[in-house]
Amino acid sequence: MLPDRRQQILLPVRLSTIVVSFAVALLVNFLPWYNVALAPDFVALTLTFWCVRQPQLIGLGVAWMLGLLTDVGNGVLLGQHALSYSVLAFCAVTLSRRVLWFGLWGQTAHVAVLLLIAQAVGTVVRLAAGAEFPGWTLAIGPLGGALLWPLVSVLLLAPQRGPREVDDTRPI
Amino acid sequence: MEHTPPAFFNRGPAPVVRLTFFALLSLALIVLDARFRYTEGLRGALALVTQPFQIVAAAPAAALRRAADFFASQSQLSAENVGLRTQLAEAKLAAQRLEAAAAEGARLKLLMGAAERLPGKAAPAEILYSGRDPFARRVLVDKGTRDGVRPGSPVVDESGVLGQVTRVHALLAEVTLLTDKDQAIPVQVVRNGLRAVAFGGGTSGLLELRYLAANAEIVNGDRLVTSGIDGVYPPGLPVATVTRVERDATNIFARVLCQPAAGVDRGRIVLLLTPVEAPSSPQQAEGAAEKGRDKPATKNRRQRAKEVRAP
Repeated sequence: MLPDRRQQILLPVRLSTIVVSFAVALLVNFLPWYNVALAPDFVALTLTFWCVRQPQLIGLGVAWMLGLLTDVGNGVLLGQHALSYSVLAFCAVTLSRRVLWFGLWGQTAHVAVLLLIAQAVGTVVRLAAGAEFPGWTLAIGPLGGALLWPLVSVLLLAPQRGPREVDDTRPI
Repeated sequence: MEHTPPAFFNRGPAPVVRLTFFALLSLALIVLDARFRYTEGLRGALALVTQPFQIVAAAPAAALRRAADFFASQSQLSAENVGLRTQLAEAKLAAQRLEAAAAEGARLKLLMGAAERLPGKAAPAEILYSGRDPFARRVLVDKGTRDGVRPGSPVVDESGVLGQVTRVHALLAEVTLLTDKDQAIPVQVVRNGLRAVAFGGGTSGLLELRYLAANAEIVNGDRLVTSGIDGVYPPGLPVATVTRVERDATNIFARVLCQPAAGVDRGRIVLLLTPVEAPSSPQQAEGAAEKGRDKPATKNRRQRAKEVRAP
């Protein structure tokens, strides 16, 4: 049984789609945000999406590399995002069979928890390294990111949706 | 013989094993970076990948700003021009006075046989955006190694010290503001020459003078300038104004809070100065340390070591 019976059968994912989506997410993350604590983490969101949809292809290795790139690009402690993205990817891969049984808003709730866990891991690492707690605004970014989940799902699945069915007699 | 699944079912190590591996790898990197700073080479290599993204991401904002500058209205420009002229006249007057004082000071120094410090060069830079780290107070400016910026350079604006360059990329430099929790600057009270070290107050946006005796002679409104004994900041730059002094009988240190003089949260144009040469020989270092009569010499050395390690 498919998670959602009305669901369209998707074409196999192309690797180029994944690569381009990660590149765009990195680009959006590096935009000069006014307050980075309030901005959603698009790389984490895209990573969660692919870990849930393609757990065979995208997993902890990719997450770790992306985390390292984010660390260097943001100029933060090296390994901070690598660790939090690894934990995020692990949770997402583990939950991947469960999450897709829910509707878009049920999935959003799951993703909110995942993103909050990732942010919490990063925060604990920084506090352990001697940084000062910047306040609970840190939770706004992950929650905002989770709210973007339906949009991201539709956008990233678009290349896999085949052309609109014209021939009604075709079996699938 | 062992039972192994056919290759078709082989999915590599279990997720928990992978998580343990990558978590340990990350923790090792974190420790290497936070405690020993061994990872600058890796950072440089990975920066080659992230730099194009950063340049492309910064382009729209830069173009927008340039367009805004281009379309600035005539009246706005003329009003700004008048304001700048007035400021220039005042600055010229102050500069003339300062020149006379500097000449006199140089003569006196020559008489005393003190080593003359060359005035550093200053390069203007524009603040592009605040750093992408909510745990630290940093800004990025549009000058990098290509423009000869060196890590450790003091950064000032028109009203005082703003911070210090802590990391330099090819086209950008990261400036850690004075208010960052890990940033420290040696200062001196203008009124009586009392030396102290000002530490960043983090999110409060203030500076704090630590390890100042409870009976130290410091009052509200005292102005603090750089003392110059760290070999990084040139002496005499305005740093902060004391806004609150708390003396507690149970504590041997006074709690002194100060408001930074420079606009650490505002302003766009800053000046990057070349760091003053640190005293190279131990004798010189001793001489510099001896000048600090209120602070033990070890404090100054530790301070200097911290400053050197900071970039």
